[in-house]
Amino acid sequence: MLTLYCPCCGEDVDETDLHAGGEAHLKRFGPGSSDEEFEGYLFMRENPKGVHFERWHHTYGCGKWFLAARCTQTLEVFGTYPAQTLEPPKDIRDKITKKRPGWTWGALS
Amino acid sequence: MKRYSAFAIAKEALRQHVGWTRAWGNPEPKKRYDVIIIGAGGHGLATAYFLGKNFGITNVAVLEKGWLGGGNTGRNTTIIRSNYLQDPSAAIYEKSRSLYETMSQDLNYNVMFSPRGVLMLAQTQHEIRGYKRTAHANALQGVETRWIEPAEVKEICPIMNIDGPRYPVLGGLWQARGGTARHDAVAWGYARACSDMGMDIIQQCEVTGVTTSAGNVTGVNTTRGDIACDKLGMVVAGHASHVANMAGFQLPIESVALQALVSEPIKPCMDIVVMANTVHGYMSQSDKGEMVIGGGTDGYNNYTQRGSFHHIEETVRALVETFPMIARLKMLRQWGGIVDVTGDRSPILSKTPVEGVFVNCGWGTGGFKAIPGSGWAMAELMAKGHSPLTEEFDMNRFGRGKFIDESVAAGVAH
Ligand SMILES: Cc1cc2nc3c(=O)[nH]c(=O)nc-3n(C[C@H](O)[C@H](O)[C@H](O)COP(=O)(O)OP(=O)(O)OC[C@H]3O[C@@H](n4cnc5c(N)ncnc54)[C@H](O)[C@@H]3O)c2cc1C
Ligand SMILES: [Zn+2]
Repeated sequence: MLTLYCPCCGEDVDETDLHAGGEAHLKRFGPGSSDEEFEGYLFMRENPKGVHFERWHHTYGCGKWFLAARCTQTLEVFGTYPAQTLEPPKDIRDKITKKRPGWTWGALS
Repeated sequence: MKRYSAFAIAKEALRQHVGWTRAWGNPEPKKRYDVIIIGAGGHGLATAYFLGKNFGITNVAVLEKGWLGGGNTGRNTTIIRSNYLQDPSAAIYEKSRSLYETMSQDLNYNVMFSPRGVLMLAQTQHEIRGYKRTAHANALQGVETRWIEPAEVKEICPIMNIDGPRYPVLGGLWQARGGTARHDAVAWGYARACSDMGMDIIQQCEVTGVTTSAGNVTGVNTTRGDIACDKLGMVVAGHASHVANMAGFQLPIESVALQALVSEPIKPCMDIVVMANTVHGYMSQSDKGEMVIGGGTDGYNNYTQRGSFHHIEETVRALVETFPMIARLKMLRQWGGIVDVTGDRSPILSKTPVEGVFVNCGWGTGGFKAIPGSGWAMAELMAKGHSPLTEEFDMNRFGRGKFIDESVAAGVAH
């Protein structure tokens, strides 16, 4: 079973108490954007075999959202961080680089 | 290829079975092919088969990183039905279902297609309306399905408890011509027929890169060397995003784990397939007597081919309520596959931004039933550049808002 640390309430939480919210750090496009941008935001996904940044909802707990960095190939969790973060924090990125040299995510690496 | 028949078995029986030949070859990759298909699952092999059979294109290689049929094709619960809601879906799934009827004869390989009937239970008012609507849509599409009342449900499936405390059975959508088939045999039958046409099925050969020149595909890099081609078909299910990335484009796909399990074998007790979408579980009985059980997907992106145990618990809990007699069954095996899910729960059969590269994916939790129809349509798309069956399944439909919304039909994995 996946266990993720909820940075909002400071607890290690089993996945049965969580709800997966899909890819994190999506740039939202709305009225005035091109069809392509809107399509990208709504449907296109990185879906990597490897390092994934994602949203989680602590449904049966504090009820708040947080973000996680996880490997989809091994289920290893590199760390979790608050939802109010626009980019994965540096310490988590450094930790990933140590374990998965050469990883990329959009423009990040 | 040695043809299989009762006569051949009798003949071989008289001479210690020394005359059987290998069902398919084990060739070294050539330097170049007209067409390369990535992925020797059912869809990849069926595509190759119809390229040869319908279009005479036989300089074809099917590259497989593991063993053929070892992906979702060998991991699914083999439900075959065509009772979808939207017209483009009905067209390709019904084509597929009808091709299953003659597959054993066409391939000279027993795929054990068993049109035993598929029943989708309605357990809420919403589902009653939904399935009646589907039955009407199917009537217009020429797909034979029927709404049935609870009494008939009980008659068709006596082991079902139709007045369960929480979700009583309020009726169902019945497709008498749906059923099951032997999943491995579908892959093996196509592999044998492709090999017989002179195609190369190359196992233990992982594609690691796609090479292009001026926007045209030129070939692939693999763990067994570089191979050139004029056309490339990506048919890798859960790995679609990963392989598309090699050619430099993105797909509207998320890969998640879907699990299934089978029980110890018991005496025949249920001769149809039952799907219960509200409570998230479905069940059929294999010819060996095992109860074959499946449920919903896990919620998070995953490439590990294993899922979370609590989903199994959820599925089994739901089925025990509907089928009280299975409460004390022991489960034998459990496994997972990585399924490729799109936003509208419909597949993608499409050209791509790279000239000469075609993609067939997004079948998600329900593509076993589609193998022959998808192969038929994909071969036409690759050979001619267009196919009436694939037109609506273009990957650009999401940008245009032209969804083929089957998310209701696919409320549960199937
Ligand atoms: C548990 C479960 C139950 C299911 N139940 C049903 C059901 O009841 N009815 C139904 O209709 N559908 C069902 N499905 C869905 C169905 O199994 C799939 O939609 C279908 O099998 C997909 O076939 P495919 O040929 O596209 O993919 P696969 O059979 O997965 O084949 C893709 C192949 O590509 C190979 N590959 C991937 N990457 C590479 C690479 N880089 N290089 C070379 N090869 C590569 C893989 O090894 C794999 O063999 C179920 C799926 C699962 C997991
Ligand atoms: Zn919390």
